[in-house]
Amino acid sequence: MSEVKNILLVGVGGQGTILASKILSTGLIEAGYDVKMSEIHGMSQRGGSVTTQVRYGEEVYSPIIDKGQADILVAFEKMEGLRWLGHLNPNGKIVVNDYKIPSAPILTGKKDYPERIIERIEEKVNTTVLDAAGIAEGLGNARTMNIVLFGALVKAMGLTDIDWEAIIKKTVKEKFGDINIEALKSGMNSL
Amino acid sequence: MKKLLTGNEAVARGAYEAGITFASAYPGTPSTEILENIAPYKKDITAEWAPNEKVALESAIGASIVGARSFAAMKQVGVNVAADPLFSFAYTGCNGGIVLVSADEPGIHSSQNEQDNRYYAKFAKVPMLEPSNSQEAKDMVKSGIDISERFGTLTLLRMTTRICHSKSIVQLSEREEVEKKPYIKNPEKYATTPAYAKKMRVEIEERLKRLKEFSDETELNYFEWNDKNIGIISSGVAYQHAKEVFGNKASYLKLGFTFPLPMKKIKEFASQVETLYVIEEVEPFIEEQIKAEGINCIGKEKIPNIGELNADIIRKSLLGEDRPTIQYDSSDVVSRPPTLCAGCPHRGLFYELSKKKNIIVTGDIGCYGLGVADPLNTVDTIICMGASVSTGHGVQKALSRYNDDMRAVAVIGDSTFFHTGMNSLLDIAYNKSNTVTIILDNRTTGMTGHQDNPGTGYTLQGEEARDLDIPTLCKAIGIKHVKVVNPLQLDEVKEALDWALKLQEPSVIITRWPCVLKRHSELDKKEFGDYIGLCVVEEEKCIGCKKCIKTGCPALQFDKESKKVRIDKVQCVGCEVCVQVCPVDAIKKVGE
Repeated sequence: MSEVKNILLVGVGGQGTILASKILSTGLIEAGYDVKMSEIHGMSQRGGSVTTQVRYGEEVYSPIIDKGQADILVAFEKMEGLRWLGHLNPNGKIVVNDYKIPSAPILTGKKDYPERIIERIEEKVNTTVLDAAGIAEGLGNARTMNIVLFGALVKAMGLTDIDWEAIIKKTVKEKFGDINIEALKSGMNSL
Repeated sequence: MKKLLTGNEAVARGAYEAGITFASAYPGTPSTEILENIAPYKKDITAEWAPNEKVALESAIGASIVGARSFAAMKQVGVNVAADPLFSFAYTGCNGGIVLVSADEPGIHSSQNEQDNRYYAKFAKVPMLEPSNSQEAKDMVKSGIDISERFGTLTLLRMTTRICHSKSIVQLSEREEVEKKPYIKNPEKYATTPAYAKKMRVEIEERLKRLKEFSDETELNYFEWNDKNIGIISSGVAYQHAKEVFGNKASYLKLGFTFPLPMKKIKEFASQVETLYVIEEVEPFIEEQIKAEGINCIGKEKIPNIGELNADIIRKSLLGEDRPTIQYDSSDVVSRPPTLCAGCPHRGLFYELSKKKNIIVTGDIGCYGLGVADPLNTVDTIICMGASVSTGHGVQKALSRYNDDMRAVAVIGDSTFFHTGMNSLLDIAYNKSNTVTIILDNRTTGMTGHQDNPGTGYTLQGEEARDLDIPTLCKAIGIKHVKVVNPLQLDEVKEALDWALKLQEPSVIITRWPCVLKRHSELDKKEFGDYIGLCVVEEEKCIGCKKCIKTGCPALQFDKESKKVRIDKVQCVGCEVCVQVCPVDAIKKVGE
């Protein structure tokens, strides 16, 4: 029986984690895996934390990833990466976007954004740092940041046999197909 | 065909496949997407947003009585609103099959409490199903309809957040087309006068006996025999978590039909296993009934009854095991509470309201509940849907009796006002309290993701509808003093508040501006136009007084080093609330 793998995507509402996880789960099903995916909706649209948990293997039971059990943590925002680090397997990997979205207590000056986040994560676990926003802007569309991170994710998980380009073409609007495929390639090549 | 579906999408598909022709709901997390996904089956199903859950269930009951297969869905607290028809309809029984979905919220992600609605099945004496994944969610709508028609009663389909919002693979089937059953006039069956209700009361107990037998026979409740040292009885998502921990090292009695419980099967299972665990989320609903039969089991003495369950909690509670995690300092990770969006029309109202002294603000359920938080700190109470208006009435009556000059201000959204606020306003007019009621009309049901309502001019299935005229309604109820303001114009808001607080009679202020995230309808475009341009800070003028920060707009950031405010170009929509707040005119609108 193939072991169940756990992918945890974390970020802030509006960063495109949901599209990334939709593409991911479509590909995993086409590859023949049993898949469960869990998201928390509700107040996330109002600038809250967003998490998507994807589990795949021969047979998946719980839709939730336990603490210390994520094989990979993809942090679309770096403070969210630090928040969820306890869910990562100590032998797992983190892909962290060097990107900062201050939350309300920081915006009003009541709290400070944590310092040295990347260094602190690197001290603890196998870490890949990406400037996904910079890469996406370089490609000509800042909003493809999510697909850059997605590219890094599939490379890190060894899921490169799946035809992601075809799935992206089917999922996004036609006029955004090519740029998202460029974003995917950039993400894959960044590892 | 196989598809990856959320539990909610699967239930919608189940409603289609089960031959349901009428479905009604009021939106509420985590149930909202069920009706949204039924709505596209326009040819086969009439799907509606009702003004509240009681209306939704009563409409579904009507459809069932005349012989159609029908359906209603709501969040856990919505069932409280619909409890009245639920209990009576349990007495009369149905004609066409009917399923009621209760979507519970263990963990309180977006609710005001954590009630376990499985007790409603026992309380109202109706059968209950609990799916543990999306496939079961779909199939159990069909089983629910079958059970409903076989036993002549509504079936409760109890979901939880993790079932509603998790995706898993579902095998789709075709729709079962059924004829409407004939309706035969029969007041002895459908009219709960005391004389008839007494007879129905007896029949309910007879029906329960038949349902108990069914519970022991049905394949919805099944054994999974493995090692018999540990036996686990479980249902819903808790079953999946239990499998995650114990896998094939324990035996299971998996319950899909959880009221009435299959006591014969439970007794047989208990007699064959060494240690019996009952693993359930929130309350000991199954455990209590098993213990009442004199069967020993371990449940809530070890597993907490607070919050969502997961495999970690089960592992730790029952096996005392903890798995290694990365140890690190997370003490400086800052919380990310939800905020009113940049450009939110509620901001202007709360900003002005927060400056008023000697008022108590009774709040309600919706985005404007965020008015309770920093930096607006305006709202005093949040009880339940519609409660702002009636609580405000009680506050004002009590204050007036004690000659306290503090004033009650009720704050309620448009959809929540239509839900249960209208009756409360009637009370204010009838029993005469000089409460100030503010209806935040953002032209949609905002918090749950923009559902149409009686005020928007459209129905769930996209038909044009009459848009309710709130000022006319308020006047018809008996409120003489009614004012409509643009909440983005702070002087208008301030003037209206001053006016209302001086009155010795009840008043209503309506703040009319669409939710900033709403896709504007044709009606909205005509009335409100589009957002053009955005706001920028002229750095040399900014004195760092942070007045604009007090509006709580997430597009504004105070930079500690330069002691100036910056505006995020991506988030700003140019609503100009900050422009009006700045005492030194350091913020201006550009790009118009």
